[in-house]
Amino acid sequence: MLNIISTGSNYIIIIMCVIYALSSFTVFLPSSEKRQIKRMNRQERYMFLFHFICYGVLFLKTFDVKILILYVVEVFFFLLLIFIYEHLYPDSSRVLMNHTCFLLQIGFVMLTRLSFDQAVKQFLIAVVSSTVVLVVPFIVAKAYWLKRLRWVYGLIGLAFLSTVFVIGTTKNGSTNWISFGGFALQPSEFVKIAFVFFIAAMLEKPASFRKILVTILFSAAHVLILILEKDLGGALLYFVIFIFMCYVATGRFIYMLGGVSLGALAGRVAYGLFSHVRVRFDAWLDPWSDIENTGYQITQSLFAIGTGSWFGMGLTQGRPSDIPVVESDFIFSAIAEEFGVFFALCLILIYLGIFVHFLKIAMDVKGRFYKLVAYGFSICFIFQVFLNIGGVTKFIPSTGVTLPLISYGGSSVASTLIIFAIMQGIFIIAYQEEEEGGDGGQTTEIEKTGGAVDGDWEQTDA
Amino acid sequence: MPEENRTILERICGIFLPKREKSLKTNRFTFSTRLLVVILLFIMIGYLVKFTLYDAPDVINNAYNKRTTNLSEQVLRGSILSANDKILAQSAINEDGEETREYPYDNMFAHVVGYIGHGKTGLESAYNYNLLTSDISLTSRIENALTGQKNEGNSIVTTLDTRLQKAAYEALGDYQGAVIAIEPKTGKVRAMVSRPDFDPNELDEIWDEINSDEDNSCLVNRATQGLYPPGSTYKILTALAYMEENPHSYGDFTYDCTGETVINSVTISIYEVEAHAECDYSYACQNSCNTAFVTLGCTLDLDKFIELNETCLFNQKISFDLSVKKSSFGLTEDSEANQMPQTIIGQGDTLMTPFHNALLMCAVANDGVLMKPYLVEEVVSAEGLTIDSTEPEEYKTLMEESMAERLQKMLESVVTDGTGYALDTDQYTAAGKTGTAENENENAHSWFVGYSNVDDPDLVVCVIVENTGAGSKYAAPIAREVFDSYYNNEMDEEYR
Repeated sequence: MLNIISTGSNYIIIIMCVIYALSSFTVFLPSSEKRQIKRMNRQERYMFLFHFICYGVLFLKTFDVKILILYVVEVFFFLLLIFIYEHLYPDSSRVLMNHTCFLLQIGFVMLTRLSFDQAVKQFLIAVVSSTVVLVVPFIVAKAYWLKRLRWVYGLIGLAFLSTVFVIGTTKNGSTNWISFGGFALQPSEFVKIAFVFFIAAMLEKPASFRKILVTILFSAAHVLILILEKDLGGALLYFVIFIFMCYVATGRFIYMLGGVSLGALAGRVAYGLFSHVRVRFDAWLDPWSDIENTGYQITQSLFAIGTGSWFGMGLTQGRPSDIPVVESDFIFSAIAEEFGVFFALCLILIYLGIFVHFLKIAMDVKGRFYKLVAYGFSICFIFQVFLNIGGVTKFIPSTGVTLPLISYGGSSVASTLIIFAIMQGIFIIAYQEEEEGGDGGQTTEIEKTGGAVDGDWEQTDA
Repeated sequence: MPEENRTILERICGIFLPKREKSLKTNRFTFSTRLLVVILLFIMIGYLVKFTLYDAPDVINNAYNKRTTNLSEQVLRGSILSANDKILAQSAINEDGEETREYPYDNMFAHVVGYIGHGKTGLESAYNYNLLTSDISLTSRIENALTGQKNEGNSIVTTLDTRLQKAAYEALGDYQGAVIAIEPKTGKVRAMVSRPDFDPNELDEIWDEINSDEDNSCLVNRATQGLYPPGSTYKILTALAYMEENPHSYGDFTYDCTGETVINSVTISIYEVEAHAECDYSYACQNSCNTAFVTLGCTLDLDKFIELNETCLFNQKISFDLSVKKSSFGLTEDSEANQMPQTIIGQGDTLMTPFHNALLMCAVANDGVLMKPYLVEEVVSAEGLTIDSTEPEEYKTLMEESMAERLQKMLESVVTDGTGYALDTDQYTAAGKTGTAENENENAHSWFVGYSNVDDPDLVVCVIVENTGAGSKYAAPIAREVFDSYYNNEMDEEYR
């Protein structure tokens, strides 16, 4: 009987998710405010309904009161979060808030299904993080001095990344964790925020060659440290953020071209140099020949996705626990197995919708510093999604990055929530600029500042 | 600074610097980024759709996918049917409410259909996932859920014919060995028998006994897993190699057979006959003259010969519904000259499966083109809906059509004028090759591989009988009975 409920509810969930995913694009269409609000209200309804149905199935499966309690507390948390945001920041993006909540809910549901303890831990981290980041939009909107701290971002970032060499621990082959007092943290998750700020601050004004060189050297140092930590997913992510931001800040295509060729070269060298790169790459090319060892994880992931097929096995009816580290890096496979590939595709579309929203914020905001910051975070966010989903579906070799807001992992959730809060802050700035029609004292598009660039080699830093 | 006054270094550095003034609009580059990312993600979505549509059905049907254990809790395992609509395996619920698996033909299909319970083998293993998947309608599903019944799993319809299988099974009798019947024009496997056998219905009672019995190893499907020296049946390949190297002059070959010869310091003698006297190319083939073959075979170029063998699936994985052992060719590029003579007549280190031998004959009968062999015609839902069906497709071209036609002539004469006399009948025409493979045991393995209706081949039959003697005496008559059954089908109603 439970099976039929779980399978049947899957169809409802898929239909709701399709409508939700489509609405994450239709909100950008020009339409009356009334309709916009209707769309966002519907998103909110659907995500709470999804949350309710899933926890209902999970409860019927176990009849465990703990699940009911967790559900009630979660609902309370989400309602409170939305309420506070609406009143604290009336100009914030409701769509972004909805996406944040929906992704967190999907993550909570999957984690509760996989391991109740981890779900509770993840929930607590989300509660603490979202409470702390409540001040972030305020800081972003008020603190114009943020763009002057360029050296602080660079040096703090490098220093924090390097801490793993002193108090680092190894997880899944990468030494990219630090632990103190029973608390584990992944510095690269937080440093990427400082990294984006660093590049944006460096390239905010039309940069001299010396400045660009310094930016390149600092970025290379970041990437090198990550490679030394064997965190190749992280290194790749930083590298891509760097080339995209340089491209958009200078308008020179050569960064893309150089970046791609350099990346290919580095990949080749890494293949020869590091055994774990070889293992992962070979497991990607042909996981079936060594299905018991190196190919085990990716083949189990493919079994999960393939068995789930379009409409999924139904929540609690699959075997996602067969996949090693399913709760963090491979959670997408578990979602595809139980909710089906249709749902998984919608999830990709929702991520894409968030990316489009981020880029729109980058385009709307007038200050060039925040423009670059918003742009950097969009790239950072969508590329992480691409690396994760591409990796677990064998589209690209698996690199071991998390799926934002869904994967289990405190550092990942906290840093993504910070990024979302910063984006909310920039959205508020852009919104207020539009209302006022002024430029708010920021350095705006280049054509307004005039020809200070022209051959100015020794341009002093302002 | 004007453009022309810059030094080369400055110009090089210039390409890294921000574009000037009006050409630099961040938003424009933001547009191109969005386009790039959207394309990238849509390629990934396309990949995932393609995976779910085309790759997933094969991928998930893997022994390492343990999800089938979950499925069996909700699905009643489907049936396995023969091409003529007989049940080869079915599941039933006994009076204790336990699910049991029944095999109505007892021992006859033991290897090819396989069993479940003590691991899984045969089709039961290969199509495990399909048998445990239910594609019944939503209303039946809801009905089953309400009444607490399991959903009925999909059934598979095989290409096997119970009448041919019975003929082959009974003709092989108490000998150890294997019989395979394949339609060369489609690749449909119509019969596959391996003996000694066992009763899959009694598996629980006899498991300890048969599992520890290494002398008979009755659990092994000899048709696909047994490796035997091919004996004289291998001469088909030697003849093919010789004709390919001497396309015009091969007919001129003559040899004076004295019953024994020494080539490359190896003594080769012919089997059970004193001497064949003066023999030409076609006489050597008809009577399977070892000494003549060794003489012509030792002129072959080793590299080309190895290449031909690999084209003809030696040392290659054969993709089929059941797993097939790789046949091994005895020679490598570094082989000594004295290894050549034994290999040429199918002795030495060369080993092949009976299934492989049957496929070679299929290619010859089908003018050089091997059709992909298959055992499962259709997967149908419990409500009769076709879920998946197999169409005949070409697997590989093993030889040119002209070469295949020459081999066909040669094999026809083996039946009309040579060692294949057991198949010389008025009812149908036949062609084939016998083989007598000497091994470490006292009696040789007896081989026959051939096809019927030479103008438009209907059926290829491959027979191996272990440790009996000459192929013409033991294996060929068994093949005859299979062909007879194919053209008569005068059997009990039960097997129709």
